[in-house]
Amino acid sequence: MTVPDSLSRRAMLMKLGIFLNTVIAAVLAVPVVGYLFSPIARARKAGDSWLPLGSLEEYPAGETRLATFRNSDVRPWDGKTADSACWVRRIDEQTFQVFAINCAHLGCPVRWFPQSRLFMCPCHGGVYYEDGARASGPPERGLFEYAYKIAGGKLLINATELPTPGSPSALVNIGGKIPCA
Amino acid sequence: MRVIQNLGEWLDARLQIAATLRETAEHRVPRETASWFYVFGSAALVVFCIQVITGILLALIYAPTASEAWNSLQTLNFNINLGWFIRALHGWGSNFMIAIVLLHMVQVFLFGAYKYPRELTWIVGIFLLLMTLGMAFSGQVLRFDQDAFWGLGIGASISSRVPVMGPWIVKLLLGGPIIAGATLSRFFALHVFVIPGLLIALIGLHLLMVLKLGINDWPMPGRLVRKATYVKEYHELTQKDGIPFFPAAVWKDLFFAAAVLLALAACAAYFGPFGPSGRPDPTIIQTAPRPDYFFLWLYALLSLLPANLETPFLLIGPVIGIIFLLLLPFLFGEGEKSWRRRPLAVLTILLVAVVLGTFTNLAVNAPWSPVMDAWSGNPIPPQYLQGRSALERQGAAVFQLKQCHNCHSLGNEGGKRGPALDQIALIQTEDQMIRQVIQGGGNMPAYGKNLSPAETTALIAFLKTLYPAGRRPARDASRVQVTQSEAPPPKATNP
Repeated sequence: MTVPDSLSRRAMLMKLGIFLNTVIAAVLAVPVVGYLFSPIARARKAGDSWLPLGSLEEYPAGETRLATFRNSDVRPWDGKTADSACWVRRIDEQTFQVFAINCAHLGCPVRWFPQSRLFMCPCHGGVYYEDGARASGPPERGLFEYAYKIAGGKLLINATELPTPGSPSALVNIGGKIPCA
Repeated sequence: MRVIQNLGEWLDARLQIAATLRETAEHRVPRETASWFYVFGSAALVVFCIQVITGILLALIYAPTASEAWNSLQTLNFNINLGWFIRALHGWGSNFMIAIVLLHMVQVFLFGAYKYPRELTWIVGIFLLLMTLGMAFSGQVLRFDQDAFWGLGIGASISSRVPVMGPWIVKLLLGGPIIAGATLSRFFALHVFVIPGLLIALIGLHLLMVLKLGINDWPMPGRLVRKATYVKEYHELTQKDGIPFFPAAVWKDLFFAAAVLLALAACAAYFGPFGPSGRPDPTIIQTAPRPDYFFLWLYALLSLLPANLETPFLLIGPVIGIIFLLLLPFLFGEGEKSWRRRPLAVLTILLVAVVLGTFTNLAVNAPWSPVMDAWSGNPIPPQYLQGRSALERQGAAVFQLKQCHNCHSLGNEGGKRGPALDQIALIQTEDQMIRQVIQGGGNMPAYGKNLSPAETTALIAFLKTLYPAGRRPARDASRVQVTQSEAPPPKATNP
């Protein structure tokens, strides 16, 4: 009696072999995918971090000053990229606004001009008023703003990630509509 | 000689490829394809080999960490014997690569090479183009300087606009919440392992298909491609009137490759390596990042698109473009190959070339960027100050101090973001100027809160003097009716 090739013992063993390898590949894929997507988990872990911007005296009322801070989740080989900059506007004794350095258009570093009380972006010409609201140019919204608090005579901000137009982080939306809405 | 021949025979007895190689080299091609128009593909392959070799040489020294990459590039430029030249070859090689790949693409498009049966060759070519651009961008990131750092920020900002997935994509792109060491490491892996590996595999596939299907025949107007008959016709063409690729056609490829290599070496030796520019320090904000040459058109597009069109254009535009390129051989797989009878194809190429050229040219000058130091670095030309009253000169000081000069030019000095103001008094009356300065609008910030009434008065007095001699400034007829007398216009600008 002849058995068709597709029903033979060898064919069955080959199919079993393919099945075993598929299962093992699927199991191995889990850690690989987990590893590849770890930056998302890492960013979530950075979560709620209050970073010091120095003592309140460094920021005279009515003025806007450049401040730098060290990010919370850094590695030894990050070098200077572990640091970030931001603009601190002190409105009065207890009221501040802390703006991200990144233009709300495409993230270039905006510069403050105290004479005309404007932020200007060197890339595509975005301009913002002193309260961070959009004045002109391609940005669709005002500057990104960090949440801040005052503790022990020091100014702290909640900065967890690079602010981008699409990122719904802890940033406060000011002077305009929500992008991409 | 005897030894070499023996060694060759010994090797071939085991490898058994000599016959295949000879057959491949001497395969017959249509007579007209031994043409100077058919040399771009092989030239791209030669430049790719140069990129692989110089890339490996650079990797001997380059330190792919955020803290040391910039220093290692400085070492390559100044402390390693001829390190600058290898960097220059690799940098210029990337420019040559993109230029030649684009020429190759234009040639095969205009010669109808994407039509039956070479659809897949074209599709693989599209992916090769995308990967070449990916190599260019990731290579720019590895030159970890200020432009690279802020360029990554721009890439992150664009990616973040993808609906829903945006923030995740940004984190995957950056390897974490911010641009830092992990970002450089993953771009290093992409630039050195992932994309080159895929490129080599796809180049192999691309070449294999060129050999199996035969090089595209020279398009004759009126000789139409039909799926039913093409393969037979092509076979007859190569057998009856064909010539062996080696040596009848290959010499033109060799000569062109030599010319390209010579030009590449000359550019590298004469112009030297690209950067690195300033250190990648996020706290140094006195920087105006610019993309590398081949992405300048994108920089212009991002500046000139209306704000509300930007996100759809950025996210949907490339997808539509790539899908169209991939579908092209299926939409137009048969019919006329000759560009002489495909006016739409020629017009498309011309349109794309003019658009890219115009945008690139605009981006070189970047009129939309404020000149960040014009207010302190570009003085007002003297002829705009001579013979002016004290108030008008005070207005000129306001013009400088309030950074008006960053966006408005006088005597061709200063920003080009807003209109040049040399003749503003011809166009606007006093009231119109006041309204524009105070309220802004038309892409100008409102200065109402930032100018005192005295400063505004002085500034407007200065602006009213900006018109050419021999012309009358703009005037408001209704004001004349009200006051019944018009004050004599202030002294003209250009005597």
